[in-house]
Amino acid sequence: MTRTAQWLYGWLLLLPAAALLALFTHYPTVGTLWQSFHSTPRAGRSSVYVGADNYRALIDDPIFWQSLSNNLWYAGGTIPLSIGLALLMATWVNGRLAGRSLLRLAYFTPTMLPMIAVANIWLFFYTPEYGLLEKLTSAFGLPTHNWLGSKSTALGCLMAVTVWKEAGFFMIFYLAALQQMSPNLAEAAAIEGASRWYFFRRVTFPLLMPTTLFVLVNAVINAFRLVDHVVVMTRGGPDNATELLLYYIYEIGFRFWDPAYAATLTIVLLVVLGLAALGQFGFLERRVHYR
Amino acid sequence: MSAGPYAARGAARGVETATAWLVGALWILPLLYAFWTAFHPGEFSTRFVLSAPLTLANFVKAWHAAPFARYFVNTVLLCAMILAMQLVLCTLAAYAFAHFEFPGRGLLFALVLVQLMVTPDVLIVENYRTMSALGLRDTIVAIGLPYMASAFGIFLLRQTFKTVPKELDEAARVEGCSPLQVLWKVYVPLAKPVYLAYSLVSVSYHWNNFLWPLIVTNSVESRPLTVGLQVFSATDQGIDWSIITAATLLTTAPLLVAFLLFQRQFVQSFMRAGIK
Repeated sequence: MTRTAQWLYGWLLLLPAAALLALFTHYPTVGTLWQSFHSTPRAGRSSVYVGADNYRALIDDPIFWQSLSNNLWYAGGTIPLSIGLALLMATWVNGRLAGRSLLRLAYFTPTMLPMIAVANIWLFFYTPEYGLLEKLTSAFGLPTHNWLGSKSTALGCLMAVTVWKEAGFFMIFYLAALQQMSPNLAEAAAIEGASRWYFFRRVTFPLLMPTTLFVLVNAVINAFRLVDHVVVMTRGGPDNATELLLYYIYEIGFRFWDPAYAATLTIVLLVVLGLAALGQFGFLERRVHYR
Repeated sequence: MSAGPYAARGAARGVETATAWLVGALWILPLLYAFWTAFHPGEFSTRFVLSAPLTLANFVKAWHAAPFARYFVNTVLLCAMILAMQLVLCTLAAYAFAHFEFPGRGLLFALVLVQLMVTPDVLIVENYRTMSALGLRDTIVAIGLPYMASAFGIFLLRQTFKTVPKELDEAARVEGCSPLQVLWKVYVPLAKPVYLAYSLVSVSYHWNNFLWPLIVTNSVESRPLTVGLQVFSATDQGIDWSIITAATLLTTAPLLVAFLLFQRQFVQSFMRAGIK
């Protein structure tokens, strides 16, 4: 095949996917930036260039800051917890545990359910007085508490749902990696007299690093991408205590119909995701062991 | 799989098993609770007595209270359309990246990978504007379009195509196959397990997707199940939990049943999709 034919084939094969990607990923990314420097068109007034006005409004918007900090707390809580649990679960179902396959099923099932369904089920679980959680706490003689209705516990309740849903998903990847590890490693280490914890810390964990990185990338994206449960369970309340960034964008964009400000908020979200990507690349360069 | 020298022994093993099962019970509890509520009359939804009568009335009520049949059709159409387009587009693009030398290949691949971080779920404001401009708002096509060129699919298939031995490729070409015939006769058959894995992941993702469909649809004719369920439980029902839970189980049933039947394939597919 001639060089030109190679070029032509390459480009033509790529064209349909590239066109769609350009239209629904690259163009909207640039469009978001463009919008963030313009005003929202109102009745009788079209959109005009407003410089950094939207960004100034953003800095003065306490709800934005709260949603950002909520989202960081949410990410900081759910990511390590679900990854840690996933690793534990994987080692459990990888070992010679009684009822291993049943356990694996129990851990993994939440992954298959839509977040929206999961949120409905948990909403009932958290219902004041009537829900299962209240029944349990009142059985122990604790006072009744509105779990989703009070500022101090609402975000924690959402985090519990997320960890419950995601840990089993991440477990699968750890399980795959563990099953690929040679048993000779453990035998050799045992002969050398390494303790169980030492073996995990110095052999298993480093070997799982590529998996951890893959899972981490997924967890970070999900922490900023998935707000279905906020829509169902709290709608950002009480008093913005569960306002997450993407949910706030949804509210501004589609309930207050202010696309310019929503675009400005989206830029912040894109910057956060970009920073996460950069951080992970740096991390990848230095710490990950490749096979 | 074997016990190995570092498996817990004696009392430690007992503690480990017990903890693992306790977590397992916690993980399955909300589901069992949902099943209990859905299959019993309302007055037993939080009273756990063995004599409680079983009933399907909640399911019947839920089914008649909202156009779930239509939502089912919409979701199936949506998933099928997205998957068909993804398989074709990603196969062609992956073949280009894995097999052809052309200027801009590296840059274009990097541009594709951008979508792994900047997923369509995040670009809702601008994509809504685009759909309005295209006159596609409130259609099933609009829900699917942003997801059809999937960076994840392209990446996964490119990695797979790269492992195809050069000899097979050359042999096919000596036989007189055109590049597209080589793709169809050599590459695609060899990647079958990856296609299965990708399909399962894609269908379960789009069956469950919610925020974008919620934004871009507003009629029964285009709403998928997830949005239909939310509209139903948020407005129509007050707080009749038995019916809401029944509706919830109803909408997840096909996926859940498929998962329980083909557990091994599902788990292996998710594993395969994760290992690059």
